[in-house]
Amino acid sequence: MASSATTAGTGPVFHLEEEHAHAEGSSTMLGFWLYLMSDCLIFAMLFAAYGVLGGNYAAGPAPKDLFDLDLVAVNTTMLLLSSITYGFAMLTMDKGRVAATQAWLAVTGLFGLAFLSIELYEFAHMIHEGATPQRSAFLSSFFTLVGTHGLHVTFGIVWLVTLMTQVARFGLTEANRRRLMCLSMFWHFLDVVWIGVFTFVYLMGMLR
Amino acid sequence: MSAHDHAESHGHAHGGAAHGSFKGYLIGFVLSVILTAIPFWLVMSGVIDNKQATAIVIMAFAVVQIVVHMVFFLHMNTASEGGWSMLALIFTLILVVIVLTGSLWVMYHLNANMMPGLHDMREMP
Repeated sequence: MASSATTAGTGPVFHLEEEHAHAEGSSTMLGFWLYLMSDCLIFAMLFAAYGVLGGNYAAGPAPKDLFDLDLVAVNTTMLLLSSITYGFAMLTMDKGRVAATQAWLAVTGLFGLAFLSIELYEFAHMIHEGATPQRSAFLSSFFTLVGTHGLHVTFGIVWLVTLMTQVARFGLTEANRRRLMCLSMFWHFLDVVWIGVFTFVYLMGMLR
Repeated sequence: MSAHDHAESHGHAHGGAAHGSFKGYLIGFVLSVILTAIPFWLVMSGVIDNKQATAIVIMAFAVVQIVVHMVFFLHMNTASEGGWSMLALIFTLILVVIVLTGSLWVMYHLNANMMPGLHDMREMP
């Protein structure tokens, strides 16, 4: 039908009225925000699972025996610092200063690595003490929740290094700015999730 | 703050997402340090005798800190993306509240009803 209309030229011509031009990447930020919201739901499920199972120690170790709040405080500091250094990277990006942006991104990555190292040290320490994910429902849900957050940070760092390479090769192009802004949202979002983790898992765990 | 951000934005296709300012990031950072330090101090020192009260206070601090991060770091406001990101956020929050309170509530009562001693198993059909 449509093809005959276009070839004959006499029949009705169809226009897709709703289809107007969008600037490239104009919807990326909203789309990425929607992804973050769906990620938020994943974490909500994991928090709910931890909330339900967090008290089932199966006669194994409880939060009080395992958690070291000093370590968690240092960890939280690392993530908070990485959040503000990423903010500084965004501000220098706005001014178009490539070297300063790269430097702040590198600092952010180092804080992220410090966070991950401390978390892995904590996990290794717990597993060494026999507090493995198989030990109890509490530990299964703990490792799933905190591990998923750690995995997100890991992917954030991989993304950060990728973008630093991109910026080094192509400069602060519009596409690279957009990508850096997406990672900015991702990074700050992980910090928001961590607020939930240290409050709900670590601090409230010590109160049990 | 949002008017300042819009004045600062410069024609790039960043879809209305504001970047914030140095001052904004600094305020957010200082606030989040304070809002992190107080709950840690409360739990580590045990100033409040009542554990339930401590739990409620640190949860309140967490909520405030999440809002601070949303405003100062994620630059959430009702205007960004023509209000769609705020709408998505509100929708997500409603789902999160349903999932969390629903799971905890239902499972708590399930646990309470499964307590040995509460029901005599011999009376079960």
